Amino acid sequence: MTDLTTFRAETRAWLEVNCPPAMRTRMPEEEQVAGGKRANYVRSEQKIWLDRMAEKGWTAPTWPKQYGGGGLSGEEALILEEEMQDLGCRSPLRGMGLSMLGPVLLEYGTEEQRQEHIPKIVRGEIRWCQGYSEPGAGSDLASLSTRAVLQGEHFLVNGHKIWTSNAHLSDWIFCLVRTDPTVKKHDGISFLLIDMDDPGVRPRPIRLISGKSVFCETFFENVRVPASHLVGQLNKGWTIAKRLLEHERKGIGGIGARNAQKFEVTPEDLAKQYAGEENGRIADPELRHRIATYSMNAHAFQLTRRRAAEEAEAGSPPGPMSAMFKYYATELNKTRYEMLIAAEGFNALGWEGEPFTDDEIRLTREWLRSKANSIEGGTSEIQLNIIAKRVLALPD
Amino acid sequence: MPLILSSDTQMVRDTAHDFFKERAPITALRKLRDTNDPDGFSRALWREMAELGWTGFLVPEDHGGTDFGVMGLAQVMEAAGRTLAASALVSTALVGASLLSMAGSDDQKSEHLPPLVAGERLFALALEEGSRHQPYRIATKAEKQGASYRLNGQKVFVLDGHVANFLIVAARTSGGRDNRDGITLFLVPGDAAGVTRPRTIMIDSRNAAQVRLDNVTVGPDAVLGRIDGGADVLDRVLDRARACLAAEILGSAAEAFERTVQYLKDRKQFGVVIGSFQALKHRAARMFCEVEVTRSAVIAACSALDENTNDAAALAVLAKGKANDTLDLCGNEGVQMHGGIGMTDEHEIGFFMKRARVARATFGDTAFCRDRYATLLGY
Repeated sequence: MTDLTTFRAETRAWLEVNCPPAMRTRMPEEEQVAGGKRANYVRSEQKIWLDRMAEKGWTAPTWPKQYGGGGLSGEEALILEEEMQDLGCRSPLRGMGLSMLGPVLLEYGTEEQRQEHIPKIVRGEIRWCQGYSEPGAGSDLASLSTRAVLQGEHFLVNGHKIWTSNAHLSDWIFCLVRTDPTVKKHDGISFLLIDMDDPGVRPRPIRLISGKSVFCETFFENVRVPASHLVGQLNKGWTIAKRLLEHERKGIGGIGARNAQKFEVTPEDLAKQYAGEENGRIADPELRHRIATYSMNAHAFQLTRRRAAEEAEAGSPPGPMSAMFKYYATELNKTRYEMLIAAEGFNALGWEGEPFTDDEIRLTREWLRSKANSIEGGTSEIQLNIIAKRVLALPD
Repeated sequence: MPLILSSDTQMVRDTAHDFFKERAPITALRKLRDTNDPDGFSRALWREMAELGWTGFLVPEDHGGTDFGVMGLAQVMEAAGRTLAASALVSTALVGASLLSMAGSDDQKSEHLPPLVAGERLFALALEEGSRHQPYRIATKAEKQGASYRLNGQKVFVLDGHVANFLIVAARTSGGRDNRDGITLFLVPGDAAGVTRPRTIMIDSRNAAQVRLDNVTVGPDAVLGRIDGGADVLDRVLDRARACLAAEILGSAAEAFERTVQYLKDRKQFGVVIGSFQALKHRAARMFCEVEVTRSAVIAACSALDENTNDAAALAVLAKGKANDTLDLCGNEGVQMHGGIGMTDEHEIGFFMKRARVARATFGDTAFCRDRYATLLGY
């Protein structure tokens, strides 16, 4: 216990010295650091903060030190997160390398693959994107048809991925490819790492309902991938794919538990501001009712995440609970945005320009973005299927 | 504030689960109902529960209890919720013990707590007067007559009111109808002159009574706690009561849910078990999520109450509000998914739905909890 107390004090002191004041402010979405060769730092402090944290391995606090990670225990990592939250420190780095690929490489990668890729993820040098969905393979992901044919020392890859978030800003892509079309669909899939510098890889941004283009489609035309970039065994990629999805869902399930929470505007604040207040209450009783219902669910869910963390610390094995987190967190987050725009009334309806404020427009765009939460990483319906199958043992 | 159970608490939970499963299954409640049992619960079983120490969990050690705490009693209540066991846990071990321990004078504690812990004396809080939980809406009057008080009023939904040895009556000693100030608690013997307390037969087959006070005269030693300051102790006791009742409701919800999932695996239609239908799978999965989320809120509330943290009151209504909704969901879905058999009295699933409505109304329905939660959080 005293060790942890010391760790907390030291961590706090280090953060106070090393986290630039500009990195203890509310983080607009465009200032989120994802790293990579095409990284665009709006402010110099972003890079300073990233480098200082990466130096300690605290961009990936629990990863082993030998690959550049922080080597912290779960309890220590939680303390780091709490202290960062308390000081309002921004996440120094986020991305699919940290949240998805890294944990999978640590588990399934060769020693060479780990040494090659993990330190670069920790330092934010390489940005990764995810090549999973295809136009014909959404919820039925395992029906994917992007082909990889082993030709001596190389795979030849041809196909078409979609919803490859930020592919146009990424350096590498981890891909599910079909390496055996003759067997049952789950048994002919492999997990490949592909350098996007290859001229045969062509990402194209897709304009979304929010007006933004974070999602892309990515075309592969005769892309030659060294056989050493295969993760795990040939045709055994589905196991890895599912494991990565668990990490992805955990990440999405973490929405709302971010460090930025300190600066997050709450539905109740906005409701008071726009709908007015009477005796300290939101003046519109219907809105107050809906916001309280949402907040209670969010509160109870946050407690559930904490309980799961405590159970994990106490040694209970993590189960398909991650499926529940993804479902519940994304539905909550969508509701949160519904509450926020309901609170703003007319002011939430602007697309651009006067008289709408930047904050109002940003919120409206974020509301539209939030609708993807329950689609990406496995839809809510797929999550419910998983709970029914794995937790409740209901038959197919 | 830990969200996992200590090994001591786990032992209590395991003992309680075995006890209720063996000694008070739903068939016992059915028998009490069908035989029109005048007590509405088994006194023999209550003494066994006292012997297990549960009546003393919220009673200080120097008055015969163990002060084991809210989390411990919540485990017992969750187990009782699984079998819908009728007992005086709520009226006496939870509310009565809390009111006496928190507000009682040394004399009152010495007089009442040891027999309460021994399972020999029952208490009932006579609070409600309207159609829903409104703890400050008290019209029952207590008028000073020399050193004594004369009580007049009408109480409803008094849990165990017809069997209690003592009623703890919330009466107005000053202030207007909805004033938080001006409420005083009185210990009134159940058989005092002027008290009538007919039992009301409820849908959940559990105990409640109407209590009428007609010029009931009590001495100054009947005052429990501070004159005009009853709301302070009531608030604290009701927070405890909400959290522990939420635990009982959670037990009922989890049981109804698990029984329903089992039925989905057993019942065949169209040549397959109905649990293979996605329309039912998704609803079952949603129930699972709600039960788990409710469990977290219940544990957090009990933990906060035991540690007396600042957010304990908000967590108590969070737990009760979530539990209310979750048992409503599991009770309703339980009946629907059981189909025709779920409509029969012979099948037990309907008992959960009926209990849900009574438990929901007790100490705050969801609207009450939501309002209090928002108020406590400043909006």
